[in-house]
Amino acid sequence: MYIIVIILPLVGSLISGFGGRWLGRYGTSILSTTFVGVSFFLAILIFYETGLCGTTCYISLTSWINAETLSVKWGFLFDSLTGVMLVVITSISTLVHLYSISYMESDPHSPRFMAYLEIFTFFMLILVTADNMLQMFLGWEGVGLASYLLINFWFTRLAANQSAIKALVINRIGDFGLSIGIFTIFYLFSSVEYLAIFSISPFFQNYYLILLGYEVNCITLVGILLFVGAVGKSAQLGLHTWLPDAMEGPTPVSALIHAATMVTAGVFLMIRFSPLIEYSTTILTILTIVGSLTTFFAAMTGAFQNDLKRVIAYSTCSQLGYMVFACGLSCYNVSLFHLTNHAFFKALLFLSAGSVIHALSDEQDMRKMGSLIRFLPVTYSLMLIGSLALAGFPFLTGFYSKDFILEISQISTNANLKEVSGNIACWLGSISVFFTAFYSFRLIYLTFINNANSNRMFVNSIHESNWIILTPLFLLALGSIFIGYTAKDLFIGFGTNFWGTSIFNLPIRSIQIEAEFLEAKLKWLPFFLSIFGILIATTLNIGVRNFHKGIIFYSFFAFLANKKWYWDLIYNRFITYPLLVFGYKVSFKNLDRGFIEILGPFGLSNLITTCANITKQLQTGQITHYLFFMILGVCFFLIWANFSSYLFSSVVLYLVLLFFI
Amino acid sequence: MYIQLNYINVSTLLFLISLIGIFLNQRNILVMLMSLEMMFLAVSFNLIFSSILLDDIIGQIFSLLILTVAAAESSIGLAILVVYYRIRSVITVELMTLMSG
Repeated sequence: MYIIVIILPLVGSLISGFGGRWLGRYGTSILSTTFVGVSFFLAILIFYETGLCGTTCYISLTSWINAETLSVKWGFLFDSLTGVMLVVITSISTLVHLYSISYMESDPHSPRFMAYLEIFTFFMLILVTADNMLQMFLGWEGVGLASYLLINFWFTRLAANQSAIKALVINRIGDFGLSIGIFTIFYLFSSVEYLAIFSISPFFQNYYLILLGYEVNCITLVGILLFVGAVGKSAQLGLHTWLPDAMEGPTPVSALIHAATMVTAGVFLMIRFSPLIEYSTTILTILTIVGSLTTFFAAMTGAFQNDLKRVIAYSTCSQLGYMVFACGLSCYNVSLFHLTNHAFFKALLFLSAGSVIHALSDEQDMRKMGSLIRFLPVTYSLMLIGSLALAGFPFLTGFYSKDFILEISQISTNANLKEVSGNIACWLGSISVFFTAFYSFRLIYLTFINNANSNRMFVNSIHESNWIILTPLFLLALGSIFIGYTAKDLFIGFGTNFWGTSIFNLPIRSIQIEAEFLEAKLKWLPFFLSIFGILIATTLNIGVRNFHKGIIFYSFFAFLANKKWYWDLIYNRFITYPLLVFGYKVSFKNLDRGFIEILGPFGLSNLITTCANITKQLQTGQITHYLFFMILGVCFFLIWANFSSYLFSSVVLYLVLLFFI
Repeated sequence: MYIQLNYINVSTLLFLISLIGIFLNQRNILVMLMSLEMMFLAVSFNLIFSSILLDDIIGQIFSLLILTVAAAESSIGLAILVVYYRIRSVITVELMTLMSG
């Protein structure tokens, strides 16, 4: 059963990929959805066994690599962390599969799409179930590859190609850090298996490596390298630029990759390595600061985007920032709780957005929507549920995880634990709550409530989607409402032993209890901030519309945020183009085709030709010149013959005479 | 001894003058042939002198042989010259550049 969960999507992918020609569109769709669905039910059973019954399961298949101390096995580790991830991945994946049956109905390459979706699910499952870093890296790279294939699904579009390449390349930067991290871990621990690494990591707490003349704590070093990988995959500030551009793929892809699974891999890595990074305060500080900056940046940028999917993409980026800084504050279980909840309401938002886009004949610009509340009441209510959950409305899913993360960040500011990084996280996180509510409801207003801005042609053809599209939305809406409340006590309740040994928390950094005893006003703060955001959005869209046209500050601000704070511009101008220019001018033109060729074949043959031409010019045809060279040659041989004799000086004298005559 | 060296110097000087005559002459091929004859004469002179100095007959035999060869050579050379002149109707050395490299 444990292996079947992982193997089923692979088998389904192979069948629908290679046999799609014979199975047909509906055949592959139904087959792949069934396979992933079975996988989901088995994942629930695994969740029950590993999580609720607390039986950690460890399966070791054959050996993979055996070389001296490096011995890697095909092994699978199922603990409660893996169980939760399995349920999240397979459930979202099943619903996305179901959704795509109808959404991709008119696409000519539907079997290929299903195969990609399934291979993506398979690699994600490999990633979360691996028991060693190498196998995890296989899943990690496979997920990146599958994301490339999926974003590039409509491969005839230039923008899709560019986005896919961008996603893959930026992910590779993070993967590079992760692979160096794996090498470092093998160098330090002589093993790449989780169990070995985690059991001996406390002994490396005060172990220092000399790196470039500096003493570096090895746990910090490893943590930073792993975090570089997480930054790439989870789109944290610095390597986040691929995530909004990855919206070029079909909407179900965005829901699967950029909401629920792929981007959570980085956070999962941090949670999985909690027994290691917990021993280094430095890396936790870095996590907190980078995570909170990401939260703030993405929330603010998302508030000024005009593309429906891009707003949701930035909100994903922002919520990932919340998860990462929750890890940095050592509350890994809260982070995972938010990950779970976020998967549900973000998938709901993305799929609802897909429904809206589908209804509007593939129009994505929010400025060309409006008043869809009359036409799409079901989609509207579902999207409202998703937005309220995202904004942390009380008793919806987002409330239980996001507000708890904010309460945890409040501790370092307002309790006795004074911590600078926590303070930053608290401020930026709280401001982001306001922005989150603002852009969620800006989206709702622009899409559904404001006056219609689209063409009459489109308005005439607006229709509610069919039940295959709406069923996943209903199920996700149920999840968005109830998951948080249901799973709260299990995931982050007082003294819950759900996590067992899968998450490690140093007692000195265990601060969750403090969060329960905050002042009432601090607990109310996030709620008031979101209400404030909703009010501002309402005022701007209903009350004083277009008031901002005359304010220069607003336009500048919106310009900055709409252009994503010029991150892409700066990257292109100062990193990408100089590197491309370097690659063309220096390494291609000057080295490969220049220096090496001149020293090598081209230069040598050229030299020989030149010498031959010079020598050829000696043969002028003039008899006197020939005579000159003859006499010169005779003189030369005379010198040669008499080199050491006593006649040498007199011969030289004659020769010199000859020369100057 | 002084007289002997004088003879050698005379023959060497003669040889060098003829060499310079070939070398410096850019125009007239007849002068070149004359210089060549002069070169033969210098060598012959040197051989005869060596023959007397060393009291050996072989030098003189060689000298006679060289005179013969020089006569034959100049006759053939002049014949070639005449043939050349018939075709080109000019015997300037500078213009003989048909076979450049």
